[in-house]
Amino acid sequence: MTPPRAAAERDPGLQPERTRLAWRRTTLTGAVIAVLAVKSALHGGAPPSGIVAAALCTGVWLGLLGLAHRRIGALAAPRPVALAPRAAVTAVLCAVALAVCGVALVL
Amino acid sequence: MIEFVRNVRLWFAPEEIREEGGTPDYRFSLANERTFLAWLRTALALIGGGFAVDQFLPDLRWGWRVGLALALLGAGVLCALRAVNHWVRCERAMRRGEDLPVSRFPAALGLVVAVVAIAMVALVLLGWEG
Repeated sequence: MTPPRAAAERDPGLQPERTRLAWRRTTLTGAVIAVLAVKSALHGGAPPSGIVAAALCTGVWLGLLGLAHRRIGALAAPRPVALAPRAAVTAVLCAVALAVCGVALVL
Repeated sequence: MIEFVRNVRLWFAPEEIREEGGTPDYRFSLANERTFLAWLRTALALIGGGFAVDQFLPDLRWGWRVGLALALLGAGVLCALRAVNHWVRCERAMRRGEDLPVSRFPAALGLVVAVVAIAMVALVLLGWEG
């Protein structure tokens, strides 16, 4: 992570830092869900469909991680621009994809 | 509902949001982003609850187990979609200088979580016969 260039202008409320940590918490929550999903998918002898579901959930989590990484990089700017709607939608689609995997595993 | 469809279009058209009004102080946008992420974590927690019910209550009758898991997963999906929708509405309201949108969603979600919790307590107390 590059250090903020204009340290003198830094927001005293540490808003970019708090937002960065919020992204980190979100990826950690995603990691917990991915672990639960993989555990559920590989339960009972790892059938081929379970392996596919586990790979999908891991991929979705890696996607969320990459998204958070890019956003955290953008937050290091002195005056970060607002989150792009596309990034917000992608993050939500990651959550929805995990839920869809969950439905497939439950049924 | 029509309002919701109009917002869905905005999810994918960032330039349309930027055309409206003026750019608010970046700190307000960051606060809005954190609120969005907090709702997204709430959604992920509900989805995790769905996985947990399915995995850690294996003695529960099939119908109850699947019903509870699907209810939690569905609540998680709703919560995630609503998170991005609310984020877009707040972002637009800030650009236009309007009041932030109000919502019944937190109260509804609280009620749903309470009902699910009571159902689970009842299932645990009344036994597991399946």
